[in-house]
Amino acid sequence: MKALKNPKNFESPLWRDKTLAASAFEKMASLTAGAVSRTGKTVSLMEVCGSHTMAIAASGMRRLFPKGLKMLSGPGCPVCVTAQGDIDLVLELAARPGVIIATFGDMLKVRGSNGLDLRSMREQGSDVSVVYSPMDALALAVENPGRQVVFVGVGFETTAPVIAGAVLRARAEKIRNFSVIPLFKLVPPALELLLKVPGHNISGFMLPGHVSAIIGLEPYRFVVEKYSAPCVVTGFEPLDILAGINMLLEQLVSGVPALESEYGRAVRTEGNPRALEIMREVFSVTEARWRSIGAIKKSGLGFSRAFSGFDAVERFKLSYRAAPEPKGCICGGILLGKALPADCGLFGKACSPSHAVGPCMVSSEGACAAWFKYGG
Amino acid sequence: MRGGEEGVVMILEKTVKLGHGSGGRMTHELIESLFLKAFFNPALAPLEDAAEIRAGKERLAFTTDSYVVDPLRFPGADIGRIAVCGTVNDLAVKGAKPLALSAGFIMEEGFPISELRRIAGSMRAAAREAGVRIVTGDTKVVERGKADKLFINTSGVGLIPPGLKLSSASIRPGDAVILSGRLADHGVAVMNARGRLGLSGGIRSDAAPLNAMIFRALRASSGMRAIRDITRGGLGTVLNEAASASRTAIEIDETAIPVKPAVENACRLLGLDPLYVANEGKAVFFAPASDAPKIVAALRSHKYGREARVIGRVMSGKKPQVRLRTAIGGTRLVLTLEGEQLPRIC
Repeated sequence: MKALKNPKNFESPLWRDKTLAASAFEKMASLTAGAVSRTGKTVSLMEVCGSHTMAIAASGMRRLFPKGLKMLSGPGCPVCVTAQGDIDLVLELAARPGVIIATFGDMLKVRGSNGLDLRSMREQGSDVSVVYSPMDALALAVENPGRQVVFVGVGFETTAPVIAGAVLRARAEKIRNFSVIPLFKLVPPALELLLKVPGHNISGFMLPGHVSAIIGLEPYRFVVEKYSAPCVVTGFEPLDILAGINMLLEQLVSGVPALESEYGRAVRTEGNPRALEIMREVFSVTEARWRSIGAIKKSGLGFSRAFSGFDAVERFKLSYRAAPEPKGCICGGILLGKALPADCGLFGKACSPSHAVGPCMVSSEGACAAWFKYGG
Repeated sequence: MRGGEEGVVMILEKTVKLGHGSGGRMTHELIESLFLKAFFNPALAPLEDAAEIRAGKERLAFTTDSYVVDPLRFPGADIGRIAVCGTVNDLAVKGAKPLALSAGFIMEEGFPISELRRIAGSMRAAAREAGVRIVTGDTKVVERGKADKLFINTSGVGLIPPGLKLSSASIRPGDAVILSGRLADHGVAVMNARGRLGLSGGIRSDAAPLNAMIFRALRASSGMRAIRDITRGGLGTVLNEAASASRTAIEIDETAIPVKPAVENACRLLGLDPLYVANEGKAVFFAPASDAPKIVAALRSHKYGREARVIGRVMSGKKPQVRLRTAIGGTRLVLTLEGEQLPRIC
């Protein structure tokens, strides 16, 4: 969760001050020109995180970017990167009698291979409960002792510690009818995957501030050292984002890639040791399946041996089957920074938030949803 | 279909979805392609907050609304208060003086009488505040499990003053857009109470009867074009409806839209846009810009309009749309809410 300061009044919080923004845009124009002439190509920065994608679209800043600069959306929307086959596992479990699926709202509309989603399954009698926190799922388990409550564990390093906390609580309070489908993903391995794509055009990464509030900066060191890609950990207010872009551009102009943080008010270099400790106790790093990318070693979190009793996949003996992507959908390309939503033939026509084909439109944090909702 | 655009409306779903109750685009689809078709008549056709019907020389405003909120009680209000205020406000935005209300109660077997008594008391208090009586009613009980605790329906009739004609279709380029106060208090208060979010900071529903405040605004401006109360679907949806009805472009300023800091923080955490969160005690006014200062002053003289302000302007446009000028100087579209807003993951 983000560190939020209370603005004194709603008139003009500093984080979206127009004068400061104007001078940031001015600086951005000259830095972009410098970066383009130094590198000889358009600057394509990737915002890795869905929260950044939404913040960029909601602020309307894209239209104010100088020529020669564009922002690509990366694989940082938790719903978007969940493999089709894993979505099918969740739906399979939702169909079982005696099971209550507890999930964040984002997952409700993602369709399985059978064309159903959790919402339509709820209409057909499945018990699906939207919760705001995993602790609510735990409360649901206590209230329904005769049934099995399964939490859909989708998310990145920001979400995993909170869920680990709920699991620790379940163990301490001997709540035995609670389990989690572990579908967690890690951000740094996703970056490595993008950088390994031959001919990738990513000039630098805007990294999610809330992930670094947990993991700190060091896990990204390899991006700079091994791949020479500029990295700036950035907050989520409009001025944070403008500052993050300018820090990346400065690195490109100077030709010296570095690992920097714009988000000092929430991020410590070492991250949050307590959250990391909880996460490491309950989970261990494992292979994870990414939508339209496939399995990547050491790119996700599963239960550690001591906590395997909370693994819904084991408890309910679920077995994974790979499933094809929806027809015509280019979410995979969008997640890899190879395409923009407007490049998709389905965008705004066959695919819209109310009738989404792919997960980038389904999730409120998805790149396609952001482009649709705010007009790019 | 994008918000603000016209076209043939058809339902794309085979069964009723929760999104059909959101007050957004799906609700419109359902109403226009199913109910409007079935019941078509000139009084219904404008699909405004209340219908206008004639009785001799008088013009009456007539409206109905059902209330299914969960939980029944939340900081600032309960289902009884919003059941009275919502219907009073639907009359008031047509400029009508509320004459009488009806109340229908659908109760689940086992519902505590003490709770019912408390809710009736809260309805009485809200009606007294609005200066209206509940003159007829109905009660039904369904078996346990066949309804969720308590549903309330209220209808209301009001008298429209002679000569007054408020309609979204009358909105013109050059008009000012005036908002009566802070957005999103009600929706966030209910979510906080429902989801055990544990948010503090005095987040309370804004449910209130707005007829007295609206009356002051009407007295201050003879040129008022339209008034809308902002409930389900939020300001974003109401403005899109207004833009469509008047075939104009409406531009609002992000920095002018008041949201209580605690509410804004809650929206950020949950990934909700305050422009689409429900209110139960806010209205938006459209009037010639020259009348705006008088209207704002009149609204501010009433306790429910203390933070009234001009938030934007009506412009001519090739196609109806709503635009937001963002704090940092960018522009983006504000579409009609699609279905329900779903809290996000991180």
